Amino acid sequence: MTELTDLSIAEARDKLAARECSAQELTMASLKAMDEARSLNIFITETPERALAMAESADASLKAGTHSPMTGIPVAVKDLFCTKGVRTTAGSRILDPFIPTYESTVTANLWQAGAVMLGKVNMDEFAMGSSNETSYYGSVINPWRAGDVQTVPGGSSGGSVAAVAARISPCATGTDTGGSIRQPAAFTGTVGLKPTYGRCSRFGMVAFASSLDQAGPIARSVRDCAIMLGAMAGYDQKDSTCVNTPVPDYEAALSGDIRGLKIGIPREYRVDGMSSEIDAMWQKAMDWLKDAGAEIVEISLPHTHFALPTYYIVAPAEASSNLARYDGVRYGFRAALEAGDGLTELYEKTRAEGFGDEVKRRILMGTYVLSAGYYDAYYLKAQKLRTLIADDFAHAWQKVDAILTPTAPSAAFAFGSKPDPLAMYMNDVFTVPASLAGLPGISIPAALSADGLPLGLQLLGRAFDEATVLKIADVMEKAAAFTARPADWWRKGA
Amino acid sequence: MSIAPESYIVRGATGDWEIVVGLEVHAQVTSKAKLFSGASTTFGSEPNDNVSLVDAAFPGMLPVINAECVRQAVRTGLALGARINRYSRFDRKNYFYADLPQGYQISQFSDPIVGEGEVHVELANGASKAIGIERLHLEQDAGKSIHDQHPRMTLVDLNRSGVALMEIVSKPDMRTPEEAGAYLKKLRTLLRYIGSCDGNMEQGSMRADVNVSVRRPGAPFGTRCEIKNVNSVRFVMQAIEYEAQRQVDIIEAGGTIDQETRLFDPNKGETRSMRSKEDAHDYRYFPDPDLLPLEFDEDFIEAARQSLPELPDAKKARFTHEWGLAEHNAATLVGEKESADWFEQLIDELVAKTGQPIAKIAAKASNWMLSDLYGHLNKAGQNITQCPIDPARSAALLALVLDGTISGSAAKDVLEDMFATGRDPLVIVEEKGLKQVSDTGALEAMADQIIAANPTQVEQYKAGKTKVIGFLVGQVMKESRGQANPAVVNEILAKKLGSS
Amino acid sequence: MSVDKATVERIAKLARIRIEDHRLAPLAGELNQILGWVEQLSAVDTDQVKPMTSVVDHALYWRDDVIADGSKRDEILANAPAAEFGFFAVPKVIE
Repeated sequence: MTELTDLSIAEARDKLAARECSAQELTMASLKAMDEARSLNIFITETPERALAMAESADASLKAGTHSPMTGIPVAVKDLFCTKGVRTTAGSRILDPFIPTYESTVTANLWQAGAVMLGKVNMDEFAMGSSNETSYYGSVINPWRAGDVQTVPGGSSGGSVAAVAARISPCATGTDTGGSIRQPAAFTGTVGLKPTYGRCSRFGMVAFASSLDQAGPIARSVRDCAIMLGAMAGYDQKDSTCVNTPVPDYEAALSGDIRGLKIGIPREYRVDGMSSEIDAMWQKAMDWLKDAGAEIVEISLPHTHFALPTYYIVAPAEASSNLARYDGVRYGFRAALEAGDGLTELYEKTRAEGFGDEVKRRILMGTYVLSAGYYDAYYLKAQKLRTLIADDFAHAWQKVDAILTPTAPSAAFAFGSKPDPLAMYMNDVFTVPASLAGLPGISIPAALSADGLPLGLQLLGRAFDEATVLKIADVMEKAAAFTARPADWWRKGA
Repeated sequence: MSIAPESYIVRGATGDWEIVVGLEVHAQVTSKAKLFSGASTTFGSEPNDNVSLVDAAFPGMLPVINAECVRQAVRTGLALGARINRYSRFDRKNYFYADLPQGYQISQFSDPIVGEGEVHVELANGASKAIGIERLHLEQDAGKSIHDQHPRMTLVDLNRSGVALMEIVSKPDMRTPEEAGAYLKKLRTLLRYIGSCDGNMEQGSMRADVNVSVRRPGAPFGTRCEIKNVNSVRFVMQAIEYEAQRQVDIIEAGGTIDQETRLFDPNKGETRSMRSKEDAHDYRYFPDPDLLPLEFDEDFIEAARQSLPELPDAKKARFTHEWGLAEHNAATLVGEKESADWFEQLIDELVAKTGQPIAKIAAKASNWMLSDLYGHLNKAGQNITQCPIDPARSAALLALVLDGTISGSAAKDVLEDMFATGRDPLVIVEEKGLKQVSDTGALEAMADQIIAANPTQVEQYKAGKTKVIGFLVGQVMKESRGQANPAVVNEILAKKLGSS
Repeated sequence: MSVDKATVERIAKLARIRIEDHRLAPLAGELNQILGWVEQLSAVDTDQVKPMTSVVDHALYWRDDVIADGSKRDEILANAPAAEFGFFAVPKVIE
């Protein structure tokens, strides 16, 4: 018999409904896996008691027949979502300590649907990073190793993907600003979906870059992402950028029929230095799609090359302002002061000691590009580029229904292998354009590298057309038949 | 014919200087809840009671705009005769301060909701002047830092944090302290008329940042200083006077003016430099990504326009042109919405009681209200809203004068009694026996009696010394113990003496 | 446009982050590297391009003017590093 922790959301849902297992059994299995995987440093805060209590009430609603697809499903929550009564860190010292008195809309929606919170998972500090190496709480270790070499799980949702890949939890919440769901999903053989900007509420989600941040599901299958997104998404009047448009039944969209759909291959994504194995995977995926009756169309997204530098102006600028509220006055960390220190010292010491290097670097960068005399040259210029990048996609949608690219230019890399910030930023080269345009994108595992590490493919779609993205991804997932899983080397006694 | 505004010149040792003044007025929008949160705007609550998680900038909190604040800003723009921008946007103004929880203020920088307009002010010499409005924008108020309640700490109360303000920026069109005072007063009147701000300067619902510079007449603008948060009309005028002289003294001594922020000390009547913050001017404005552009259609503007009451300028024109009020009376009455409202109620009541056309009674009523009634109010240190007599009773009193039931001097006695006791005027008249005798039969008998008793004066009268009739009228009045209607007595005597 | 130590010092002050003296030069180097890289955007002619204000095309939601929040001082102060008499407390500010 398969272990309970191997079950997908869809399988667990069916077993729960058929009373073949209970939510409490499912949760206990997850808690045991969590316990066994401590060495991966995935969880910042474990909430086993809350999990069991939630599982108990899930069992009650399963018994009463008032359940929904997510009822009793364990979820790992990225520590960027505020959770009432459970400390929330954003991976930063500056929120130590902080216990929210409120719940984010996305997690509230999940609990409303009966899901079970296992705990809060690690992440790059304030979601700024692509390797999970910037967390104040230490790096998450990727369950996938290249031989004996430990690798990063990607970032910033590194704890989320690791929890799913290590089979602690069937799913996790992630957030994606420039690729923070898709890139780590690719690094860990998991499926991660960044919805359209405005699809999920940002209320109660610690802000990094407000015009880009979007919550999304991470799971082990496209179907599971469809189920989970259905529970996370929805209009919320507490977020002025959240769009009032119906949430379709995403699982029902997985018809398997993609005949006649046109899939764009953007020539600008064939970047120099992309490994041949990634290129080969991309080619193979085109064949899968053709075999399924879709049409492959070569397209051009001419401003792709400018997306990354654009992003590294817009995101730090917004972050420099969003992170101004962490000042040691109302919550979180306050530095020890010396006699005679005033308000300025309170700010400067608290923020110097509370923020890590990457966060400081981006705050300084963002402060600089917004400062007097530079606004037009940097921020305004970047917002204009953003218009051009969004226009590129708008033109593409006249020809194609979705766009297929690799998710990341490489597989997971070793810790400390990208000491240079720019080299690290290059990880997001394929994910950032869609972020700037607010479009939905999914990453699915499609192959293994020569080192035995998973590689991901990215599918992008029209705004609010997650259903088509999921439908195509579902077909590709079946064709890829990616069944590899990491050896559970981290398990005690395993 | 128009009267020119008086010029105001600072006479320096090296010649004359002209002052240039612009005002940035912060007016708290009248709304129940804050601009971007559902917390109350009530003044005077316990510290941090009217604070939501949004106002305190907790992680993940987002702003959601209050429709009423938008509507009030548009109404105010219309009252200022200003251009309403159907597209505007919110920007973040970034700076650190203990009472600014977000680390930025949400304001409107590049695209304000209201554009250029104009306000007309009246000056003491009878001149009027147009003061240009540059813009009006919506923004959040900050919290309050309290420095004197704790020996080592500054205490922060966020009750005001996030309250909606309208910042109304004038053009640098004012040239005298009086003009600045008149402008501020006029703005206050307008806002109170339309109900978009209560205009309460003591509670800080309205405060002004005053920009002052000096120049040789006709020369380009000089360097300005900004005097922050001045909270009365009088202080604004004092601050300008002091600041202009200070600047002239510096320049004439060979110095230059530093562009800086200053504070007005009402106790000393001086302005002084605020501890300058070296980065105070790099606010790093950028569009707030948590909000979308603020857009509305013509229908919204039209509905706002329909909701406006008659504005003071129009009301004044009606009072003078249609109702026949003296210019000065009309100006005084419309200066406060409450006094104009009170006066209009008085006229309504009076028309109902007397059936007379408004034009025939309004001027008299305004004189009575502004001299007699206001005389009592001033003595009691009260304003019209605290008046112990309501417009209906006042109209009853005036009606008694108008129909001749009591004399003007008796009316003064009755008013005094009413002011003290609040009683019905008719009751007082009856009780004190102040009714005039207008019964011509009785008065003719009395007149005959007086003519017979005063042959000398009658002779004098007949000889052309007609002024002597006053003596005879007085005798009749005395005979009637003051109850005779002097106008009627005059008429009877004149007829009997055969002069008319 | 290149960033020197003094510029790093100035923006660090604006951002209220204390930076040790020995970190100023390395940070200037890192920022220059990033700024040099984003410089490539200047090659794109954007004179006729409107800056993006929002990726989503929908109307701003307007709240009704009702008091639906507040009266939660305990909650507001619950996480405060220092609070006195119902206020947040910071080192004394001299104006």
